[in-house]
Parts: sequence; structure tokens; C-alpha cells
Amino acid sequence: MCLAVPGKILSIDGKNAQVDFGGVVRETNVSMVDVGVGSYVIIHAGFAIQVVDEEEAKETIQLWQEMLEQTSQEPL
Amino acid sequence: MFRYREEATAKKIIESLRAMDLKDISIMHVCGTHQDTLVKFGIEAMLKDVGIRIRQGPGCPVCVTTTKEVVEAITLAKSGVTITVFGDMLTVPTPIGSLADAKAEGADVRVVYSSTDAIKVAKDAEKVVFMAIGFETTSPTTAAVLLDDPPENFSVMSCHRILPPALDALFHMGEVKIDGLIQPGHVATIIGLRPFDRFSKDLKVPQVVGGFEPLDVMVTVYMIAKQLVEGRAEVENEYSRVVRPEGNPIAMRMLEDVFHPVDRNWRGFPVIPGGTLELRPEFEAHNARKVYEEIIAKAPVVREDMGGCRCGEMLRGIIESKDCPAFGKSCTPKRPMGPCMVSREGGCNISYRYRQE
Repeated sequence: MCLAVPGKILSIDGKNAQVDFGGVVRETNVSMVDVGVGSYVIIHAGFAIQVVDEEEAKETIQLWQEMLEQTSQEPL
Repeated sequence: MFRYREEATAKKIIESLRAMDLKDISIMHVCGTHQDTLVKFGIEAMLKDVGIRIRQGPGCPVCVTTTKEVVEAITLAKSGVTITVFGDMLTVPTPIGSLADAKAEGADVRVVYSSTDAIKVAKDAEKVVFMAIGFETTSPTTAAVLLDDPPENFSVMSCHRILPPALDALFHMGEVKIDGLIQPGHVATIIGLRPFDRFSKDLKVPQVVGGFEPLDVMVTVYMIAKQLVEGRAEVENEYSRVVRPEGNPIAMRMLEDVFHPVDRNWRGFPVIPGGTLELRPEFEAHNARKVYEEIIAKAPVVREDMGGCRCGEMLRGIIESKDCPAFGKSCTPKRPMGPCMVSREGGCNISYRYRQE
């Protein structure tokens, strides 16, 4: 139920947008988010519920690595 | 593409957890999608090996919907009202059969993938009810169609639940040891981090909002373990690429405009104060419980517990599916005894799908 997947906005027409889910394009309601064409959004039950922060996404990976490298150096 | 499934990192996390020398740690999550990741990728077993036991709480919307609510929807369907519903709800058994049984007998029950699909059905059917289930991730999508001038023949039977009050109930009942909480990323996408504060401040429980890729879940567990080792109890956010601390204010405003919290039962729980969302009086003309009050009043009164089914205990995190004697024997996805075996987010269904032959 709370499954939600990322997709990329191709075009917007009022409350609805065409969203690319890795090749499959579906209509998605974007009334809950402030987005433009090219944004990545998280979609649940036909609605975009949030914009994916690409910088945060890259930083998350970086943080994981740093956190683990730090852990292997200092005994907990 | 991002590397959310890198095995080398997964191994490092497990070794870091092993070095923490944890014993008998119990971490609860409340989301079927987390359970799916934990079981599908064998993370649950890896964590057990380093002293961490994961328990699934009441994180399956289909599962926490009561037998009474399903019976009311079946009664409406049998009276000639078109019921639109998410597919997982279709085969939930009740003493008067399931929605699928009602459909087989001629009732108009249609599976939809969104609230907007239900609106489309209302354009070619006479009387349409959307049986709306789901937590805060889903309830704004119901609110959105109600705020967008829905057709007169469309109404909503709200079975929407609010997650944090169920956690209050679990702690209050005290049946299960909870050393840490994995909070559901997509509920937090809507409600933000603040509604979880009280469990850390008042009960000193470490919490981390987690994403759903295997490494998301593993790092989330690692962050909780680190809090435990360091004696901290805070709300941290592993899923920061999607979850903002304030949540989604547009969705929250939609929720507040349309719904208000009421006290109702959840499956496996007593009445949870403020744990269910009902339509505000302004939306009475689209509230199926008001529009079809007389038909719903005729719904048979049924027992909540389904004989031999231990879904209630599953939802409170007391047992695992393997502890139920019916699991995989008299209860399978083809012949489910209860919703935990029906829903793809139910603990029993997930264990059954990924079981080792």
C-alpha cells in the first residue's frame, strides 16, 4: 500500500503530468507537489507525493560510505 | 544510477553491527514494504545473526481494516452499490464471504489503482463508493479527489488510519519489547518527523525514518543500533532524499481540510483514540456512511476474530507467521484465513512468498 516509486516528469498539463517510469509513461496527478518538467518525483497510488532531492540522494550514498569507514576505524 | 544494493557495503554494515556486540535487541517496523525488503533480501536472517530481531507491527492497511468494515462494504455491494477498492482488499475473508465472493454472485465490485480511477468509475455507474484504505501516504490522495468537485454519485467509505496513535497503543499495551523503531519513509514523506518525537522524548526509543532499498533498511538499522550503543534516543532521517523534516505541507493541508480523527477499532487492537480518519461534516454528501446509512445499518453483526487466525497477534508484533499453526497449511494465499495472508504487505503473505522450499 505505501509502496511508492520514482519517476521523471516529461510534461505537465494542469494537475496532471506525464511521468516516465523507466520507459513506461503514465498519467500522474501532481497537485500535491511543486514541480517542473525534468524533476524526479515519488509516486504513490497515481499521485506524486514528493520531489526526490537528487543532491540528497548522492549525499546519502557518500554519507553511508563515510559513516562505515569511520566506524571501522574507531571501536564502538 | 545510485548504488542502493551494493553487496560490499551490506557486508560492511553487518560487520559493524557485529562489532557492536548487541544482544537480544528488538526493533519494530510498521510497513509492509520494509518487511518485503527485509525478507526478500534475507536481511532479517543476517540481522538475527548479529543479535537484532526485527518485528513487524501494524503496518499493513488491508490487515488493520476490521472485519466489520469489510462486512459493511460487502453489504453495500450486495444492495446494488458499485464498490471500488484496491485489489488487496478483494479476498479478505469475513463470516459472510469476501468482496470477491460478492462479485462472483453478481455484485459490482471493481478494483482500482487510485482514487482518480474510482472517480472515473463514477462517470459510468449509478452509485459508486470508494472503500478508502491506507495510512497517511494514501489518505491525501482520497482527500484530493474530494476537494476536486467529485461527481454527486461518488462517495467515500473512509477506512484510513493514522499511524502514530497505533504506536501509542502498542507502547501502552506493553506486550512487546521495542528497543528501536524503523519509521515508514512514505508515511513520513507526508507527515514529516515531528509526529514521531514523543516516542523518543517520552519513552526514550531511538527512531530512524528509513527508505526501502536493501541498503536503506540496513543503514536504518545501523543508525538505530548506534543510538542504542551511544545511549541516545532521537528521530533521525535516513531517507532524506525523499523525506523533508516538515513532510509535505500541501498534502497535510488537504488531509486537514477533508478529514478529522475519530476513535475506532483496528484489527487486533482495541479502540485506538484518534487512530482513524473520518470525513468532516462538510463532506457529508460524499460520506458513504451517511449517504447509505440505512443499508449499512442492516449489515450483519460479526465477530472480529476469525477462528484460528492469529492476524491480530501478528499486527501487534507478538508472533511471527511461523508461530501460527495454520500458516502454509490451512492458510495460504489461495485460501487465506485472514488478511495477513491476503495482502502483499501482510507478514504471512510475505513469509509465504519468499519461503525456503
